[in-house]
Amino acid sequence: MHDIWALAEQHEGVIKQVSFELLHRGRLLADSLGVRLVSLVIGHSVSSASLDELIARGADEVLVLDDERVSDFVCETFSNILVRLVREHRPHTVIAAATSTGRTLMPHAAIKIGTGLTADCTELRIEEGTGNLLQTRPAIGGNIMATIKTPHHRPQMATVRPKSMLPLPRDASRKGSRVNIELHLEDIDERVKVQGYRRDPSGANPVEEADIVAAGGRGLKKGENFTLIQELADELGAAVGASRDAVDRGWIGYAHQIGLSGKTISPKLYIGAGISGSVQHLAGIKTAENIISINSDPHAPIHQIADLSIVGDLFTVIPIVIRKLRQKNREVR
Amino acid sequence: MHIIVPIKQVPETSNVKMDPVSGTMLRTGVETVVNPLDLYALESAFRLKEQHGGVGTITVITMGPPQAVKVLKEALAMGCDQAYLISDKAFAGSDTWATSYVLSRAIMELGAYDLIIAGERATDGDTGQVGPGIAAWLDIPAVTYAAAIESTDAGFVSCSRMVEEGYQQVAVQLPAVITVVKEIGAVRLPTLRGKIRSRSAEIPLIDAGKLSAHKPLWGLSKSPTRVVKIEQTTVKREGKTVVVDEHTPAEAAADSFMEFLAEKHIILGDRHA
Repeated sequence: MHDIWALAEQHEGVIKQVSFELLHRGRLLADSLGVRLVSLVIGHSVSSASLDELIARGADEVLVLDDERVSDFVCETFSNILVRLVREHRPHTVIAAATSTGRTLMPHAAIKIGTGLTADCTELRIEEGTGNLLQTRPAIGGNIMATIKTPHHRPQMATVRPKSMLPLPRDASRKGSRVNIELHLEDIDERVKVQGYRRDPSGANPVEEADIVAAGGRGLKKGENFTLIQELADELGAAVGASRDAVDRGWIGYAHQIGLSGKTISPKLYIGAGISGSVQHLAGIKTAENIISINSDPHAPIHQIADLSIVGDLFTVIPIVIRKLRQKNREVR
Repeated sequence: MHIIVPIKQVPETSNVKMDPVSGTMLRTGVETVVNPLDLYALESAFRLKEQHGGVGTITVITMGPPQAVKVLKEALAMGCDQAYLISDKAFAGSDTWATSYVLSRAIMELGAYDLIIAGERATDGDTGQVGPGIAAWLDIPAVTYAAAIESTDAGFVSCSRMVEEGYQQVAVQLPAVITVVKEIGAVRLPTLRGKIRSRSAEIPLIDAGKLSAHKPLWGLSKSPTRVVKIEQTTVKREGKTVVVDEHTPAEAAADSFMEFLAEKHIILGDRHA
């Protein structure tokens, strides 16, 4: 009763990194309330080691529903399970990562449960005295921070922006319990059938999950020049991002678009090359920890919000950076 | 085929300037437009109707103040067949829970439908919660982040969902709610004929009175969430600048890049971490 619940996500039996980040959030909330942190895993063939990892990273209890019929995310089925468990256990708060899954499941379940939900929070804390969850999120393109609460409905629900907090360090000595949950026949919604997956051919490293993002824009002049950004990204272990301009020109797929009509990211480092920095693009990178801009135009707006602005020709500067990174990488290995 | 497309009016941001001091958006005199991502929902609806030999009806709806008629007219000019404005002072202050409820009840008043297609999220609120919310209220399936929609067998559509791993292929039984992303395809422009037609088009109003058969779970008082604080964000950045010119070679700029990584403890070659 009144625990903090954090939803863990898995793909093909592997728990996603965002779920460990989320446990850190949950741990802080549970500690400030003096309650337990429960991790809910719905999936199939999740290894025992992965489940132990959830405990090592902060969970007190792991609820596992392991069944072949829930190996893939289907909103209605997952929502049926979540709603049933919430009604049964009455948690204080339910949080999920603001991923494609979290941002689909949580609004559906919140309606069914009859409670409020705040999207894409970057800060969560407990209000003293009331136990209300203070949910802070960027809005209007990151230009304002809104703090929202759900005073009269329980549980309180929020999705949390990926990369907005690091996972707790692994602590193998932590103790926790594991509880298996049965799938009920009525949980399964037959109206949606998952037929399979197709990988993004332009790279398996999604921008919203990357620690470093190297992005290119119109300044690249043509699509083939994205290879320069790809090379830079390879040396940095980074994901490749793009401005809307570059995507609209067909230089790279929409999955890479950063900004108001693309993805909002919070990497440790964002590098924008040949990107002028429209209001919309900047909205997508405001919560990046560090920003480096490379643009020959000294008046490009991106320079105004960068920690390091390089005013220079990207075709000259980036190859030198790549060379230096290669050298450095060789030293490390 | 009857397709309903809920759209939202949002502030136009493409010409917005940043305040160089506070780093915030200057919003004075900002016009409203159709939420950019809703244009892809409209486009998907037009394409599906075309696949069906142009047979069917596309209904565009919006919930908002009376001025929101403007975005409905725009949608009509693009090719929608009919439009409804959902507007009432009583709806004001609705959060995503209450908004999706009002939209779902208004949709129930529109008769039978096959599909509800919405933008993945609005660029102002940025929650993406109303699409799945409508599906939950209507008890029909929700397919989000659709990058492609194809009509298959009667009563089903197949969708390709853009997810973190790539694309998830699903088949969904109709009626359903589908929210779409930009990959759906390039958006068409309003036609001259459409513009002329939309000017004189009658746009019926759905107000609280029209929804009197339903529980009044709308407005601020019925919304579970409350905004308790709004703060302007201030961007604190170091703002070091290196200008490549006759005194500073590109090599020096690259060195600054490398020093920056070292200072920030950004680990290299950590690609499999």
